[in-house]
Amino acid sequence: MSEAPNAGPVLLDVRDVSKAFGTVEVLRSVSLQVKRGEVVTVIGPSGSGKTTLLRCVNFLESYDSGSIRIDGNEVGYREAGTRQRRRERDLAAMRAETGMVFQSFNLFPHLTAAGNIMLGLTKVRGKKEAEARSIAEHWLGRVGLAHKADSLPAELSGGQQQRVGIARAVAMEPKILLLDEITSALDPELVGEVLAVVRSLAEDGMTMLMVTHEMAFARDASSRIVFMADGGVSAVGPPKEILAAETTNERLRTFLARFRASHF
Amino acid sequence: MGYALNFNLIWRHFDKLWGGLLLSLELAVISIAIGVVIGLVLAVWYVSAGRVVRAVIAAYVEFIRNVPLILLVYLVFYGLPTVVDLAYSAPTSFVLTLSVYSGAYLVEVFRSGLEAVPRGQLDAGKAIGLTPWQRLLHVRLPTMLRITLPALSNTFISLFKDTSIASVISVPELTFGAQWINFNTFRIVEVYLVTTAMYLVTGYIMLFGLRLVERRFRAAR
Ligand SMILES: Nc1ncnc2c1ncn2[C@@H]1O[C@H](COP(=O)(O)OP(=O)(O)OP(=O)(O)O)[C@@H](O)[C@H]1O
Ligand SMILES: [Mg+2]
Repeated sequence: MSEAPNAGPVLLDVRDVSKAFGTVEVLRSVSLQVKRGEVVTVIGPSGSGKTTLLRCVNFLESYDSGSIRIDGNEVGYREAGTRQRRRERDLAAMRAETGMVFQSFNLFPHLTAAGNIMLGLTKVRGKKEAEARSIAEHWLGRVGLAHKADSLPAELSGGQQQRVGIARAVAMEPKILLLDEITSALDPELVGEVLAVVRSLAEDGMTMLMVTHEMAFARDASSRIVFMADGGVSAVGPPKEILAAETTNERLRTFLARFRASHF
Repeated sequence: MGYALNFNLIWRHFDKLWGGLLLSLELAVISIAIGVVIGLVLAVWYVSAGRVVRAVIAAYVEFIRNVPLILLVYLVFYGLPTVVDLAYSAPTSFVLTLSVYSGAYLVEVFRSGLEAVPRGQLDAGKAIGLTPWQRLLHVRLPTMLRITLPALSNTFISLFKDTSIASVISVPELTFGAQWINFNTFRIVEVYLVTTAMYLVTGYIMLFGLRLVERRFRAAR
């Protein structure tokens, strides 16, 4: 398995994670590692468990067996192997270390762009109002929205809302950023501005685990691509290898062929 | 049919109506304030509780909603003191009743509002590391308030009108004042015309104020 040239030690370590919703097995013994500074992209057909995997990483979903570690700390449970949930306060503290950007933006509608970013900074990071404001303004500047600090989400376009969503996540200085199809709900002409922000974060060395259907972006921006099928990891490798038309992985080939048919 | 309207007697006793209106407002404001506390606490408890608590809260709501307010007023004023050793004035008794009554309606309003808060917003609150209390305070309640404000305004105005039922236990609020003038002057049409106008105008002023609040919140959508 090849890796990003400047990748550091393993930051996210997912081992043999399984999860069922009722009787439906959604994740089957999923293992994957993300090293510090890496951008790992998850692709796969609808229903293959990509979202569920991301949600397990910051424990928005619990998992039934296996272990997820970030920086050596077990996510969600007291110790690997036990199914003893951590206390809510510990879960909250742990989640503050992972940023998440959602397909549907999920901005807090009653707060301005700056307010959305400041909430976590003041309530979770304990920063003073003024300091939180200046951090929020810094990140809004980074995503090209310095002039929208006092706009409410309803006054922003989808692309702008999503950039606020990204700023809200990275302002917390998470160890890893989780991005779940963050451009899927956007009009095509707004996709570019959001991907540009992600690309610039990647260049700054932000560790990312992302789900996307933007294959061109995945090819250019990822250190590695993980192909999921039926709740399991079916293939992992560098973008060129995974996205090659002549891959020997039957399911991957079918997926890519269908994908090309519907997107080009 | 020759009934000549004559409002002179009404104006002579207008202090009964004016004082009554002020008392009606007082009864409404106190009862609604207590009802909001009951409603909020029970609604928040409901959405996070297990089956037993939910069943108990649902039973309270069902009971109150299926018994006429006037009966509850009689029960609390005449019935309760005979069972438990309590002595309270008629206004206190009515406030107690209307609080419990409005609480039941407000639980429903707040509960449906809390349940209507999109799950994605709660996930976003979790994802930035807010604790459950912080999520409630900073994410769920503000959004719930914006969702429920129109229903809340309607409930408040309807509860204000319900204060007229206090007249059945001789609380000297607006309707009681109207009855008093009617008994003493027999100007039945005039007194009820004026009283109706007073309920209407007060209701509209309340509605106007609440709509202003709503508009401010809706701007934040
Ligand atoms: N909360 C839930 N309750 C029950 N089943 C669920 C739940 N969430 C997801 N599932 C099921 O788990 C499976 C995997 O869903 P998931 O959302 O992880 O897939 P996905 O790979 O992200 O798909 P998509 O590309 O459509 O987003 C699906 O069959 C889905 O129906
Ligand atoms: Mg998904």
